[in-house]
Amino acid sequence: MNMTSDISAQAMPLSTTPPASTGGPVHARPALELQDASVVFGSGPQAVTALSPTTLRMDRGDFLALVGPSGCGKSTILRLASSLIQPSSGNILLGGREAAAKELRIGMAFQNPTMLPWLTIEKNVMLPLKIVEPFKRSFQRDRKGAYRDRVHALLAQVGLKDFAGHFPWQLSGGMLQRANLCRALIHDPDLLLLDEPFGALDQFTREELWQILQDLYLDRKPTVLLVTHDLREAGFLARRICVMSARPGRVISDKPVTLPQPRDIGVIYSPEFVEMTQGLRALIAQIRK
Amino acid sequence: MTEATRIRMMSLSLIVGFFLVWEGLCILLNVSDLILPRPSEILVTLWTRFPVLWPHILQTLYSTLTGFTLGVIIGVSIGVMIGTSRVAYGVAYPLLVGFSSIPKVAVVPIFVLWFGSGTTPAILTAMVICVFPIVVNISTGLATTEPDLEDVLKTLGASKREILWNVGLPRTMPYFFASLKVAITLSFVGAVLSETVASNRGIGNVMMTASSNFQVSLVFAGLIVLALMGVALYAFFSFLESRVTGWATRGTDIAVT
Repeated sequence: MNMTSDISAQAMPLSTTPPASTGGPVHARPALELQDASVVFGSGPQAVTALSPTTLRMDRGDFLALVGPSGCGKSTILRLASSLIQPSSGNILLGGREAAAKELRIGMAFQNPTMLPWLTIEKNVMLPLKIVEPFKRSFQRDRKGAYRDRVHALLAQVGLKDFAGHFPWQLSGGMLQRANLCRALIHDPDLLLLDEPFGALDQFTREELWQILQDLYLDRKPTVLLVTHDLREAGFLARRICVMSARPGRVISDKPVTLPQPRDIGVIYSPEFVEMTQGLRALIAQIRK
Repeated sequence: MTEATRIRMMSLSLIVGFFLVWEGLCILLNVSDLILPRPSEILVTLWTRFPVLWPHILQTLYSTLTGFTLGVIIGVSIGVMIGTSRVAYGVAYPLLVGFSSIPKVAVVPIFVLWFGSGTTPAILTAMVICVFPIVVNISTGLATTEPDLEDVLKTLGASKREILWNVGLPRTMPYFFASLKVAITLSFVGAVLSETVASNRGIGNVMMTASSNFQVSLVFAGLIVLALMGVALYAFFSFLESRVTGWATRGTDIAVT
């Protein structure tokens, strides 16, 4: 699929080295793999390295949280994974193939829920079914039937069943973000990319949404890449936490989270949890100096 | 009485007051009705001559709406083309500005030369005069579509056309409807202009003929008719706009928490 990027500031050409595709059936290949991928905006003396050559690998069903200071390239990795931008060097593989020929279905949720204001919540959440195969093909036939039920079931799971017919401007930020999560999951994506989705919400709503996300994850088991600056969020939700250095970003720590799932929200106050987040915080504080 | 009703009543009083002052001044200053007829006289003329005026009103309406429809079709097509392509935008814009800068009254004789006088140049003038505002509004609406909105579909792998259809065009509707209000007014002007200069039908022509026969009352009656038609057309598209793009002005429901 040809994705033309409209970031004309990127002057570096695409990599010419063929990607080392790991063989085997699709479901056995890593869901996401960065091979020395870097992103540079602009060229010459004004070039800004958003991401240093980074190698990262995620298996199917993994839940990885990327934490790090502002501007370290966390969101850049997400944009690479979603094909919104191309790497300036190195490769990015999705499902073992180059991003341009991806076989994986991707769901993405940004910090800003960005609901289309002229559509109801129901129609907003149904949008991916209109665009992504195999749902696209039977969209006209199923949109009032099977797809509508699917949307309502998912909205019910996040507590928005009664608001399907409302418009985005009638809902609060927390509710819109819940709808955003639904929209990211409606088409059963293999890879879920979350860019600080709960950053703009209050602590209570955030904790509520963590639990909803955990339930959805354990229910459907997509591969999830969560970018966040909230260490407790990372610790509660993820199975693995990567810490990135300041710009130009590099992954400097990659450790698993050993707490068993499903996790109760109270776990964030347990000693092992606090110890883990304090370790992360110390590491990040070191980087920022 | 609500605030809205109060304002509407004040507006109505202003309009009535305007005509009363006009009437009063004409009587007081003994203005000749070859210069400025009184509103009461104009009303009488309008009433008695209405059967004669009616086919001309329809003619002007027909030219306006036909030219407007053609103008919208062409305007939207060009607008979409240059709004979705940065290259096309840069390349086509100077030429478009050049065309739109030509006073349309200068274009009428050319149309008459090609198509003869009558309805055709009226329709064509109405068409060319309203194309540019539509092109500008559509292309601006498309070119300024928030990247965040487009990203929602881009991450799903949507094609450029799908993004245009699902995000670009709906997002541009407020701009489009705003331009329709301007365009219908301009089409109306273009049609009347052409009729005045090169036609034997239509209100413009009626006014021209009446003027040369010193039937000043009829001239003003024609003017009043034009004003009423213009307002009606504008009001219609204003209503359409509020129905279709209600989402852009955030209806009256309170937000739910």
